[in-house]
Amino acid sequence: MHRAGRHHSSATEELQVIAPSKLAIENVSKSFRGASGPVLALDRVSLNVAEAEFVCLVGASGCGKTTLLNIIAGLEKPDSGTVLADGKPVRGPGRERLVMFQEPALFPWLDVFGNVLFGLKLKPNLTNKDRRQVAKYYLELVGLRRFERANVHELSGGMKQRVSLARALAPNPRVLLMDEPFAALDALTREQLYGDIQEIWKARRKTIVFVTHNVREAACLGDRVLLFSPHPGRVQEKFTVDLPRPRDINSVDLAAHATRITKALKSLGQGEAIAAK
Amino acid sequence: MKRFLLAAAFFAVLVLLWEAAYRAKIWSPVLLPSPRQVVTYLEGAAADGTLLKATVITMRRLIVGYLIGLVMGLPLGLLTARWKLFHDTIGTLALGLQTLPSVCWVPLALLWFGQTEAAMLFVVVMGTLWSVVIATETGVRNVPPIYRRAALTMGSKRLHMWFKVILPAALPFIVSGMKQGWAFAWRSLMAAEIFVTILTGFGLGQLLHYGRELSAMEQVIGIMIVIVVIGLLADKIFFSPIEKFLHRRWGTSQA
Repeated sequence: MHRAGRHHSSATEELQVIAPSKLAIENVSKSFRGASGPVLALDRVSLNVAEAEFVCLVGASGCGKTTLLNIIAGLEKPDSGTVLADGKPVRGPGRERLVMFQEPALFPWLDVFGNVLFGLKLKPNLTNKDRRQVAKYYLELVGLRRFERANVHELSGGMKQRVSLARALAPNPRVLLMDEPFAALDALTREQLYGDIQEIWKARRKTIVFVTHNVREAACLGDRVLLFSPHPGRVQEKFTVDLPRPRDINSVDLAAHATRITKALKSLGQGEAIAAK
Repeated sequence: MKRFLLAAAFFAVLVLLWEAAYRAKIWSPVLLPSPRQVVTYLEGAAADGTLLKATVITMRRLIVGYLIGLVMGLPLGLLTARWKLFHDTIGTLALGLQTLPSVCWVPLALLWFGQTEAAMLFVVVMGTLWSVVIATETGVRNVPPIYRRAALTMGSKRLHMWFKVILPAALPFIVSGMKQGWAFAWRSLMAAEIFVTILTGFGLGQLLHYGRELSAMEQVIGIMIVIVVIGLLADKIFFSPIEKFLHRRWGTSQA
């Protein structure tokens, strides 16, 4: 039972709360112990993300972008530097910043509905009835209301990622951190999800940090695309994508942006190769 | 239905072969009674209440010992999975003692507790405990770290994490450990009942033992059949539904 005197918000009130936060990443460094000495995964990385901004981090695998995402999530601690969410330092994981992982990471012991409800149950000041209503809203939003009683293994890869998205959205986080969430899906499913995520982002106004190695995907989704260079991980270049939304990944304008970013990415690779010689 | 009929036919053939062997007089009827004689014994034992009484006594010992083993084993398994110190100590002990056939506990139990119920219980608990500890530990260690991380970001911690994430995620392992623990408990109890004669209760194992003493082969075989049937029923009534649920949820293969 809840303590008396506490404010209870109803499901409708809960769904009206839209409060994306701004992120400030300042001088974050992180190194790991590798087989041949320490590896500098992130080297004094600084970046700001505005409220409700969609930022994509692009780079070759192993350039530290996932590490940065985990640090923002609070799942890992930086060696130095700080992450501020709305001016407050991030000290650990919390439902203000939810993560969508590359693997769906859905809980096989719960059905689809139970998975979406999981995070909501940990959110105080809601009645169970409201929690169920909120969960239903998000399942509707990702188009899976009909599958709420399905078991996780019965879903296709794309459906699983949709459930993951609903699960991450349900506690109404202010920041959504996405770690290559569509990498394991086929092209057709992916294109559908690009449409969905843009629509949902418009409806729910989240600050999104999206990690990918797919340049086209980044150009399609991001307001800004940040290019990461590996060894040590640094933000090498920043691109602004000012195309109108919703964007179609196959459009010519988008291809032009993607080409620009790809060129930069390739020159990075050559620089690497020269440095290695 | 077809599967049921085939299975029924199989057992009918088995009984017919038995009857045929009896009629052929390959072995002395003292050593091999007919199915008819065994059924007569079972009917008699059921009618005068000995069978029911023995079954109740045995099941009570089994269930109490098994539950104690579970209640002790689960937390110990969690501890060994969580802390290295417990893994190196209790975990190693469990691994070692699990390899010890549970009959080996009987002499020790007899000397420690004498001809008492406590001796029985002790043997059953030892039979159950270690496989539950090991299965729980293995289960917890095999929980994909991504579940923990996902739950952490949603605000799950400490007890909530253990009860709502780690334990359910480890459930398939834990259930197979429980099943193994049950089989071990059953075996060890029968061993204990055959070796230990106590005045507080006459279990199935003791009936078996006295069947041998009296060279009453129909009693020996009859009780063995009862023991097998109880084992089967426990599986069908208790474990089978849990396993079916796990298979359905996890999407693992099913026979």
